[in-house]
Amino acid sequence: MNTEQLTAFAREIRVTTLRELAVPGFGHIGGAMSIVETLAVLYGKHMRYDAGNPHWQDRDKLVLSKGHSGPSLYAALSLKGFFPADMLTELNKAGGRLPSHVDRTKTPGVDMTAGSLGQGLSVACGIALGDRMDGRDSRTFCIVGDGELNEGQNWEAVMFAAQFKLKNLTLLVDNNKVQLDGWTNDVMSIGNATGALESFGWHVLECNGHDVGAIDAAITKAKSDSRPSAIILDTVKGKGANFAEAAAPGNHHMTFTAEQIELAIREVLK
Amino acid sequence: MSFTKVNAPTLMRDALCNTLIECAERDSRIVALDADLVSSSGLKPFFKKFPNRSINCGIAEANMMGVAAGLSLTGKIPFAHSFGPFATRRVCDQIFVSQAYAHLNVRVIGSDPGVTAAYNGGTHMPFEDMAVLRSIPEITLLEPADPIALANLVTQLSSDEHYGIYYLRVTRKDMPAIYSADDKFNIGKGNVIRAGGDLTIFASGIMVAEAMLAADALSTEGVDARVVDMFTWKPIDAELVERCASETGRFVVAENHNVYGGLGAAIAEAAARTRPVPIEFVGVDDRFGQVGKQNELQEIYGLTSSAIISAAVAVTGR
Repeated sequence: MNTEQLTAFAREIRVTTLRELAVPGFGHIGGAMSIVETLAVLYGKHMRYDAGNPHWQDRDKLVLSKGHSGPSLYAALSLKGFFPADMLTELNKAGGRLPSHVDRTKTPGVDMTAGSLGQGLSVACGIALGDRMDGRDSRTFCIVGDGELNEGQNWEAVMFAAQFKLKNLTLLVDNNKVQLDGWTNDVMSIGNATGALESFGWHVLECNGHDVGAIDAAITKAKSDSRPSAIILDTVKGKGANFAEAAAPGNHHMTFTAEQIELAIREVLK
Repeated sequence: MSFTKVNAPTLMRDALCNTLIECAERDSRIVALDADLVSSSGLKPFFKKFPNRSINCGIAEANMMGVAAGLSLTGKIPFAHSFGPFATRRVCDQIFVSQAYAHLNVRVIGSDPGVTAAYNGGTHMPFEDMAVLRSIPEITLLEPADPIALANLVTQLSSDEHYGIYYLRVTRKDMPAIYSADDKFNIGKGNVIRAGGDLTIFASGIMVAEAMLAADALSTEGVDARVVDMFTWKPIDAELVERCASETGRFVVAENHNVYGGLGAAIAEAAARTRPVPIEFVGVDDRFGQVGKQNELQEIYGLTSSAIISAAVAVTGR
């Protein structure tokens, strides 16, 4: 996909996510919206996968460590053919295949279960190491939230990735500056994430997390480095859902009406 | 034939490492992880022989459990070791979410159970490790009683026969010999290692030898005790519990663990659901650990054959 196509794909993911969230009328809309462009670049260009064979060993893998952002990942997976669009109505339904937090055993294309924050990067390290042991050239991506970096286990994993020289690992930090209780700087600032990661020996890039061209360029750069790479994505929590953006920092989890969703979709499609 | 407490010829940690090496030679999926305890766990020869399949995670157990989960996602069969408390209570959520809830395939090894932590004392002396993990659905909890049992279980867990999260509670040092080479270990089933009809003593780990000594002493008093090595704590062998309840009518359970949430509790639950019988509990009575020689600590916490004998007498009078 070229930049124009990626932009269109991102728009499609955003609209699909909003329609998906409209069914239950509540959900983790903020963090789902802030990673839309990242998902578009991953599934539209950089990741190698086979939607018909989601367990293909040679695929690239994504650990969505901020597991509550499932809704936008489900939208991307559905648009790429991992499962039919009508399954998106199952979001948060008891017995359904699309739980609020991602679950590898329930949803085709979800590579790892997550929800208890701070654990995904460790798992991503294990996947990257396992692939390397077996000589696969697969790449593992891991998306964490900036608030999620409060969890100390991330930093254990950061050390591990550097020690084991996991150059096939790319960490994507959704730096939307908001955590559940408020602005990250007011609740628990993560300080200078770029400097912290660099000090552990990582290759760190920063870019506009809503610019598909910039994300594409950063991932391309990350792939060619000999160190584990992190991309700090400057994002807006709730991005593109006007009512959610306006509610920041109270937009981690919201209830909304069908009308609000329709108005937001109209804005996105303008 | 009476039981004599003689140490098995192999140290537990050597049995662990040698068996893992044998399994890893046959199957390239076997990998070992440790958290800066390779020199203690006895896995050094494995790390030397398979440097590319050995992962020292440093002093970062939570990350180690996640890395093990990730390796399992790529088809590896990871064995991850730390001392018992740090392989369980410290990483309970990582085992729960990243491994068990995610339906992955990991073997967690927790060493130095209970009083066997000896001079490392209360911080390192898990009387709670099995209880911490037991409420995680589908997990399997194992405590082998000697090096033969350990080697057998590690071999089984290195195969495709078993998929899921398995916790092995193992001492690193000497254990009294209980088994011979051709004995069988069916995960999920207890082993009746001494026949008897007056009561059943269920035991695990270091308490198996104590139970055997107690049974011999009881037999001189005319009490015919059955001894079961309940090396699988979860899933509990409810069928065997029911059968022993029917056939012997009384239980003593002996464990190197807190009696709350331990083997005795599991057996009591199983008995209550099938055939309730009087039960006496020999274990740690809700106390913390402390430093000392293992045998001193066994006296302090009442983890001895004489404590089992007293419990057997008490339960016989109920």
